[in-house]
Amino acid sequence: MNSLIPPFKLHDVFVAPWTGQFDNTLWITLMGFLVTAACGLVGNYLILRRMALVGDAISHSILPGIAIAFLLSNSRGTTPMFLGALAAGMAATIIIEIIHKKSRVKQDSAIGIAFTSLFAIGVILISLYASRVDLDQECVLYGEIAFVPLDPPVEIGGVSLGPEPVVRMAVVTLVVIGLIALFYKELLVSSFDPALAFSLGINSTVMHYSLMCVLSAVVVSTFESVGAILVIAMLILPGATASLLWHRLPGIMCLTVLHAAFSAVLGLHLATWLDCSVAAAMVVMGAVLFGLAWLFGPRQGMLQRWFRRKHEPPPELALEQSGPAV
Amino acid sequence: MNARHKASVFAFLFLCTAALPAAAARIGELSETSISSQAFRFFTFQDPTVRYALIGTMLLGITCGLLGSFVVVRKMALVGDMLSHAVLPGVAIGFLWNMSKDPLAIFIGATIVGLISTGVVNILRQTTRLKEDTVLGLVLGTFFAVGLCLFSMIQHLQTGNKSGLDKFFFGQAAAISSDDLRFMTVIAIIAIIAIVLFYKEFLVTSFDADFARASGLPTQVIHYGLMLLVAFAVVIALQAVGVVLVSAMLITPAAAAYLLTDRMHRMLWLAAVFGMLAGAAGAFFSFLGPGLPTGPFIVLGATSVFALAFLFGPRHGVIVRWLKQRSRSHRVQRENTLKSIYHVLEHREFKGEGVSLRELAERRHETVEDAKAQADTLRRHDLATLHEEGNLIFLTPAGWQLACSIVRNHRLWELYLTNAAQIAADHVHDDAEKIEHVLGEEVVREIERGLEYANRDPHGRPIPSLADVHRGTAPAYRSEEPAGYGGKM
Repeated sequence: MNSLIPPFKLHDVFVAPWTGQFDNTLWITLMGFLVTAACGLVGNYLILRRMALVGDAISHSILPGIAIAFLLSNSRGTTPMFLGALAAGMAATIIIEIIHKKSRVKQDSAIGIAFTSLFAIGVILISLYASRVDLDQECVLYGEIAFVPLDPPVEIGGVSLGPEPVVRMAVVTLVVIGLIALFYKELLVSSFDPALAFSLGINSTVMHYSLMCVLSAVVVSTFESVGAILVIAMLILPGATASLLWHRLPGIMCLTVLHAAFSAVLGLHLATWLDCSVAAAMVVMGAVLFGLAWLFGPRQGMLQRWFRRKHEPPPELALEQSGPAV
Repeated sequence: MNARHKASVFAFLFLCTAALPAAAARIGELSETSISSQAFRFFTFQDPTVRYALIGTMLLGITCGLLGSFVVVRKMALVGDMLSHAVLPGVAIGFLWNMSKDPLAIFIGATIVGLISTGVVNILRQTTRLKEDTVLGLVLGTFFAVGLCLFSMIQHLQTGNKSGLDKFFFGQAAAISSDDLRFMTVIAIIAIIAIVLFYKEFLVTSFDADFARASGLPTQVIHYGLMLLVAFAVVIALQAVGVVLVSAMLITPAAAAYLLTDRMHRMLWLAAVFGMLAGAAGAFFSFLGPGLPTGPFIVLGATSVFALAFLFGPRHGVIVRWLKQRSRSHRVQRENTLKSIYHVLEHREFKGEGVSLRELAERRHETVEDAKAQADTLRRHDLATLHEEGNLIFLTPAGWQLACSIVRNHRLWELYLTNAAQIAADHVHDDAEKIEHVLGEEVVREIERGLEYANRDPHGRPIPSLADVHRGTAPAYRSEEPAGYGGKM
């Protein structure tokens, strides 16, 4: 037991990573931040639309798509991987719809059946063709964010921008931000009030499938660094934390990005201290931040509520609790 | 005990004859094998590992199927998913307890962590405005990440026998030991006894929670009892199916059973059998190749059973429903053709019995080829005979009866809508077009009586009476129009 948790040395944990191997630390942290931020921004809409577990399903289901793309193209190219994952993500959405619509199985069971089957196919493909596929079960579980600095750097016009995955993830994050900025109103209305969206001429089916496409794209681009399962935490934790702290969407978006930054940096230090998986440590720190927001949040935090219950008469408490829903 | 004794004798004999070190008998670690020889080894059951793996996967299939049935009917599939991911830290803690894969320690650790995760979900739902799915996803991801942290820390440890610990992710039935097996048997028996004893309580709280509460059942206690049993099932399934896919064992066999029956006790039986089959199939397939994880194969076995039930289920199956729908639409098509023939006959006041294809085609605004195809269909069903090289259609008595009663249904319904429901006469046709094919004899007679045996529909055309239907031939030789029982209006 004692050897499990190494002694905490302030210098080794907080200073050494930034002095000893600055480049490595920077790229890993930046990658973690970009992944969590992109996931968190998309995840906000999943939370609003009560589709958090559809995100879970999609992140599991893209595995066979990625494996088949690897097998067919025999390369780790971005395009085949992206197409494979997109196809698998769409397949999952469609299978869920078919099972749900054509039989009396409820939607929650349909989700459970669809994603476990697809994930099982993916795992079998990976284990059967382990020698040919540049993937293994470890990667599916933990991700390989620690190996990010080893990738060859991208150079544009002689200027080195950084390792290829980081640059790619930065592009994905910027695209996600751009899409959200472009379709902010449409997304907002169709998430909060589908009837109003319909009357405004916003096609909610198109919005739904576009969101699923963006989700698949984000999940596949994060796959190599955080694996297929931790993604669900990255999708939900930032948005859930932000929605405990704030009640308007623009503020929530900013807090999401802030949460991503903090969990990436703190997660890196946790991983340095405990010598554990970096991606998992980032999620754990994200969860700690969520716990802090839950306890000490300014409006809905547990301490605030406890304090208010002691000092305010009951009717006002009731009013306070039925405030604007997020 | 006897079985175990026998098993150990077998194991001893096997070891003596094969003269192999015990470790090489682990089916997951064989390197040079062919599929057929592996299949032979599997079915001869010489290898104790094979027996343990097979019995273990079947036991967990039964347990998960039984408890999964309640998970599915309570719409808690995603709670099952959350629970199955969330037990991971418990497995790691159980391992750390005495640095070995002790089934009891892992079981206790995983169950406690599973219950903690359920508690966290409940607290977060009660104290925040987060929706249930968000909370489930959040707890699932967080607990899984903590588990991964612990696992990666254990991997870096110098001490302890860590072999086989990574099998908890995707499952390896070959790693089931006799200790594991004894444990699984105990849990399976506990689950079965609990379900038999509290069947009524589980049933009532699952389907009608309000009624259960009103009749004084402790629904909360029952809910948590069930969650505890589900946690047990998840934990014993971990070894063979793996953390990531355990939820499928809860959901898929039970969902397949749900498609096949409407009775809870039958669903429980079916789900247990399906789970058992899936477990056995998974153990077999993963045995065929070296290092193949068992979990995905078990899951795909369960999914195949579900797909079969989904497609070929006798009552809710897609194919059966499609066939039923097709035969219904064919019947409607035939009846519409008969009705058109009646209209043609009526148009010329029932002079002459034969209807030519041309007349039928004109009436239906179709080509003669289409009319011919429809006439052939009628002939195949003995509703009409074709003459003059298939150009002239004569209705058989059965065809006449059907044509007559469809027209009768249609016109009675039109009249009923205008008289009883006060709908304008020009709005009733479309409705009658649909209802004419499904009205039963009982209803039609009741409507007729309610309309006092009226003989004209709202458009002024005569309504065929029961007498016309049963006369069996067209009323061609009658001068007066069809009359009901009483000609009175």
